[in-house]
Amino acid sequence: MNMELSRRQFMKGASVGIAGTTLGALGFGDIEEAFASSIRPWKLANLTETRNTCTYCSVACGIIMYSKGDLKKGEKADIVHIEGDPDHPTNRGTLCPKGAGLLDIVHAKTRTLYPQIRKPGSDKFERVSWDQALDRVARLMKDDRDKNFVAKNADGVTVNRWTTTGFLAASATTNETAWATYKVVRSTGILAFDNQARV
Amino acid sequence: MTNSWTDIKNTDLVVIMGGNAAEAHPCGFKWVTEAKANRGAKLVVVDPRFTRSASVADFYAPIRQGTDIAFLLGVMNYCISNDKVQWDYVRAFTNAPYVIKEGFGYQDGLFTGYDETRRDYNRSTWDYELGDDGYVKSDIDHPRSVWNLLKKHVSVYTPEMVERICGTPKDKFLKVAQMISECSTPTKTMTSMYALGWTQHSKGSQNIRAMAMLQLILGNIGVRGGGMNALRGHSNIQGLTDLGLMSNLIPGYLTIPTEKEATFDTYMSTRGFKPLRPNQMSYWQNYKKFMVSFQKAMWGDAATADNGFAYDYLPKLDVPAYDILRIMELMHQGKVNGYMCQGFNPLLSAPNRKKLTAAFAKLKFLVVMDPLQTETARFWENHGEYNDVPTASIQTEVIELPTTCFAEDEGSLTNSGRWLQWHWAGGTPPGEAKHDTWIMAQIHLRLKALYQKEGGAFADPILKLDWRYKDAGNPTPEELAKEVNGYVVEDVRDPNDATKLVLQKGKQVVSFAALRDDGKTACGCWIYSGCWNEAGNNMARRDTSDPDSTGAYLKWAWSWPVNRRILYNRASADINGKPWDDSRKLLWWDGAKWTGYDVPDIAPTAKPDVVGPFIMNPEGTARLFTRGMMRDGPFPAHYEPFEAPIANVLAPKVRGNPAARVFKGDMEQFGDAKEFPYAATSYRLTEHFHFWTKHSQVNASMQPEFFVEISEQLAKEKNVKNGGWVRVWSKRGSVKAKAVVTKRIQPLTCDGKTVHIVGIPLHWGFMGETKKGFGPNSLTPYVGDANIETPEYKAFLVDIEPIAGPVA
Amino acid sequence: MANFEFVTSPAPTKDIKVGLGDGDLVKRSASTVSPPAKALTPVAKLIDVSKCIGCKACEVACLEWNDKRIPVGENVGSYDFPPDLTPNMFTVMRFTEWVNPQSQNLEWLIRKDGCMHCEDPGCLKACPAPGAIVQYSNGIVDFDHDKCIGCGYCVKGCPFNIPRISQVDHKAYKCTLCSDRVAVGQGPACAHACPTHAIVFGTKDEMKKHADDRIKDLKSRGFANAGLYDPPGVGGTHVMYVLHHADQPQIYANLPKDPHISPIVEVWKGLTKYAGLAAMGAFAVIGLVHHVVTGANRVSPEDEANAEKLTGGRP
Repeated sequence: MNMELSRRQFMKGASVGIAGTTLGALGFGDIEEAFASSIRPWKLANLTETRNTCTYCSVACGIIMYSKGDLKKGEKADIVHIEGDPDHPTNRGTLCPKGAGLLDIVHAKTRTLYPQIRKPGSDKFERVSWDQALDRVARLMKDDRDKNFVAKNADGVTVNRWTTTGFLAASATTNETAWATYKVVRSTGILAFDNQARV
Repeated sequence: MTNSWTDIKNTDLVVIMGGNAAEAHPCGFKWVTEAKANRGAKLVVVDPRFTRSASVADFYAPIRQGTDIAFLLGVMNYCISNDKVQWDYVRAFTNAPYVIKEGFGYQDGLFTGYDETRRDYNRSTWDYELGDDGYVKSDIDHPRSVWNLLKKHVSVYTPEMVERICGTPKDKFLKVAQMISECSTPTKTMTSMYALGWTQHSKGSQNIRAMAMLQLILGNIGVRGGGMNALRGHSNIQGLTDLGLMSNLIPGYLTIPTEKEATFDTYMSTRGFKPLRPNQMSYWQNYKKFMVSFQKAMWGDAATADNGFAYDYLPKLDVPAYDILRIMELMHQGKVNGYMCQGFNPLLSAPNRKKLTAAFAKLKFLVVMDPLQTETARFWENHGEYNDVPTASIQTEVIELPTTCFAEDEGSLTNSGRWLQWHWAGGTPPGEAKHDTWIMAQIHLRLKALYQKEGGAFADPILKLDWRYKDAGNPTPEELAKEVNGYVVEDVRDPNDATKLVLQKGKQVVSFAALRDDGKTACGCWIYSGCWNEAGNNMARRDTSDPDSTGAYLKWAWSWPVNRRILYNRASADINGKPWDDSRKLLWWDGAKWTGYDVPDIAPTAKPDVVGPFIMNPEGTARLFTRGMMRDGPFPAHYEPFEAPIANVLAPKVRGNPAARVFKGDMEQFGDAKEFPYAATSYRLTEHFHFWTKHSQVNASMQPEFFVEISEQLAKEKNVKNGGWVRVWSKRGSVKAKAVVTKRIQPLTCDGKTVHIVGIPLHWGFMGETKKGFGPNSLTPYVGDANIETPEYKAFLVDIEPIAGPVA
Repeated sequence: MANFEFVTSPAPTKDIKVGLGDGDLVKRSASTVSPPAKALTPVAKLIDVSKCIGCKACEVACLEWNDKRIPVGENVGSYDFPPDLTPNMFTVMRFTEWVNPQSQNLEWLIRKDGCMHCEDPGCLKACPAPGAIVQYSNGIVDFDHDKCIGCGYCVKGCPFNIPRISQVDHKAYKCTLCSDRVAVGQGPACAHACPTHAIVFGTKDEMKKHADDRIKDLKSRGFANAGLYDPPGVGGTHVMYVLHHADQPQIYANLPKDPHISPIVEVWKGLTKYAGLAAMGAFAVIGLVHHVVTGANRVSPEDEANAEKLTGGRP
């Protein structure tokens, strides 16, 4: 369900008076003409807007991402600008220096692009396919689990734990990813399960 | 946060201590500036450094890092001595009047029951005295009432003692105490905004308790503009914690069984507390409903009443927790073979980097899933002095899996104020990057296939994991969110009228109130129940209406529990249900039920003078004395950091927090003030976010290079030039940095000794756009908080010297 | 009034209504313009230094919106990054650690520096290239880079030392007050981003009224000399400051106490501008010695002489 259609309700609320008068007073109500020659053409014309939440801290500022191309139409979408969502009750369009620079983390030169494996003793990563990488992960996990799984402790109590492999969970993935992660990790009996709450 | 970001606008006094909101949460800090501009609110900042928050404060007081408890107990002592207590609140809504068992005491820095060899307490005396009726005895004038014990406990923290321990000049302390104490009237409210400045200590949990107790004494919990507001760090760390992605948790703050709990019945026998005072809700009595519904969400039909709802499928703990410090310690001992990091960069985040590098090198395999090229994934790669490792001898196999980032992903994140907000994907992932959910599903399916083919160690929990997704290889956010909300497994009919269907199979449950302990409902995380019910995706709601501008925004997104915006909100009204402050009404009793601007945090028809506001506690009241719930004491007490420039003036023989866990070998790795004379602390800068934004070109250009900050006085003493190079070292490591010499750091006088502070920001590493640099974790000690093992990053000892810069 | 109420609606992507055209010009360098039939309401950006936390969101938002980036530099012993304005960096934070002599308390004064959009713009007055610098009837002073000849006179004409000449294309750059955003009814990128609403944007009247409220609040908190910085020497500005110590603007990283356009520029404008360089029209290619790497550009002896006059013989 996409509730974006109701996004302007905020403007009908508390701040309508001011927002209305400011816009009107700037004199943009009735004239419509080309940009003056000193002025840069409007860089967001005909882009697609998508609402998202800033990935950094837990203030969780609302953002609008502007892209060339629309994912919802099955197109390739390239994000070209991100700014604060003025309708968001917490941030009211504002962003901090991290949030204002989100575009550069999306397009960071150091994004990971392909699965890679570094073999023991090697001084480099080597590109592999997703199938190779995932099969390898499953193999390594199973071998260690089968070898070190503790079904019962010294007192004969069923404990069904696996403590020789650990899992650190993300801090910026969605709740839905977190739930899927919880299911997969816990089902293996891993106890060394932690997240970034402390640091 | 007990309250929300937007609620901060309702406050009269903001105390920023143990955090730096302007720097780390600028857009949340906006609500402080709103409160100042529109309500005339005041801002007080207490910090070892004059921070960006301090730059816009009405009053700033310096404090030595690691001494917050002494300061806060000093304020409590001031309030009690000057009768600045909201008495009606304290008497009715806290455990102040309850009587504590005979035998409880505190002497020489230790509570009753300390066992030095185990570094732990026998906590049996830290509890209430029960009457013959099974309920707690209540008599505030009793010599062993919580109130009288508290009064005595804080009496040693005089303004003079605070100055001696904290280095805060007495006049500045008194000014802060006086400003805070004014909020003891029902019509004045204070909010506490804190973050890792309080948690990252060996007594971090008690720092927070101390302020929570002060807020209770002032009557500031549950009210608009009040509360304890933990400013969480990462965008969904609240969600990850709520969903229990920790060694000892099950979603919704249920707990993983220990190996002493062999059966489900044994497990349940110590949970689901009965009320300790008459007529109280004691909400954990519903524990079994949440637990059984969770097990059904995990293992579906395989979880039956006959097998204790698949109780044996859960691993059982042999230690309190396998937290990150314990697992890295075990790794260092060679007892861990595999490690998987999903969007987490422990090589820079966990303490004592030298130990971490050695630990990772003992792994057989390391899997890193991340949208960015992290240092952790490259711990084996030699980067000169920034990561000087013997690559060829490191035998760890490392697998790096590229993931999407926020812009390419859909789903919900839980903010600091417990709002679950949905977001949509707007960009195509680069290269072959994949969603984390897809990766986890693929790992599960491949593991399952291997077990189906080969058999192996107890495979049932993997083989029978409920995996009801349309595309098993790629569960959708909608499917997962609906599962987290909970659904009906089997029809439930009205016991009095079998023709009436109460719950219909396949429907979403409306909230956790519908959950059952008989296996007829399933729910991934009970506190999130209601997020996506038959009304649809409530997390995606975008209605910004806010009746009477209270800042609640009840129709924007969805908050847990049951869309409640301010926790304990029943406490915003007095014992008769009348709001403490008419100008700041939140909830009130209309004669028959609770009504107001928020979802009541109490049964809607629970009579105000009968049922207490703190419904999760079996007492119905809030705890000034926390019984045996915390490992290191029922009251906070001042302990020095493990590395401190002076001895504990109240208990000179006690080093650090006596109940904090210290691994063998780490005690010897603590330095002392003779060898390392300067008190260091670590922190964030506003231009950066942890170790992520160094990958962002524009942020890298705003704060390009690692530096440390020192006072002009220390610079002069050590002949350090502003902008020049220095070496800073602790017992565990050494870093090189640029020096920023500033008036914002001033030496303090503690117990007659001059204490110089060295500030060490944390944003640099050897990957990304910034200049290569070090982080404080090359220096910090390997010890955590006694209760939850948050590493002691905020207070440790170093030495410093000027050096020649690197040859360009 | 809540400060966020100055924030406008989300930036549009469709049905763009443009409200700032060549017909709205009131001043044009080295030219005469006929006044617009209907003047726009003057606008202003108000920077409340007492609310600024120095987070640099404005700097990042400015770079991002304008598609500019600056190189990663090095730490030089302060928080001032980047240390100065550049052709790509239109605004910087200037940090001052100031000990108040009366209270002995430290005050960390953080001022966002950038173009002040003077009502009487020295840059425009000094500019010899017709139409390279314009002022709209709402007060925005903008550079038209197609017409800029890179002479650097605007730098000398500016009482606030703001414009910077690019070493790459030899053209002058500065804050446009996001004329492109204002033209479609949006506030500047910096004001839109500012977390504490220390930067707000609206009509100049609204901003002055808002400043009055802020000054009252500051006075109630003991800042007896709090006030508005809207210097009359340049006819007032369309970027104004609220200062806690308005009696001493110079403590805020040398904000001029009483800025004026250099008298030489006034003379230059009156006597030589139209008669001399403007007549050369679009073909005039001018460089200012020591200020511009001119490359292949040719500078006539006459231009050199005029430049000497303008700069008072300073290198």
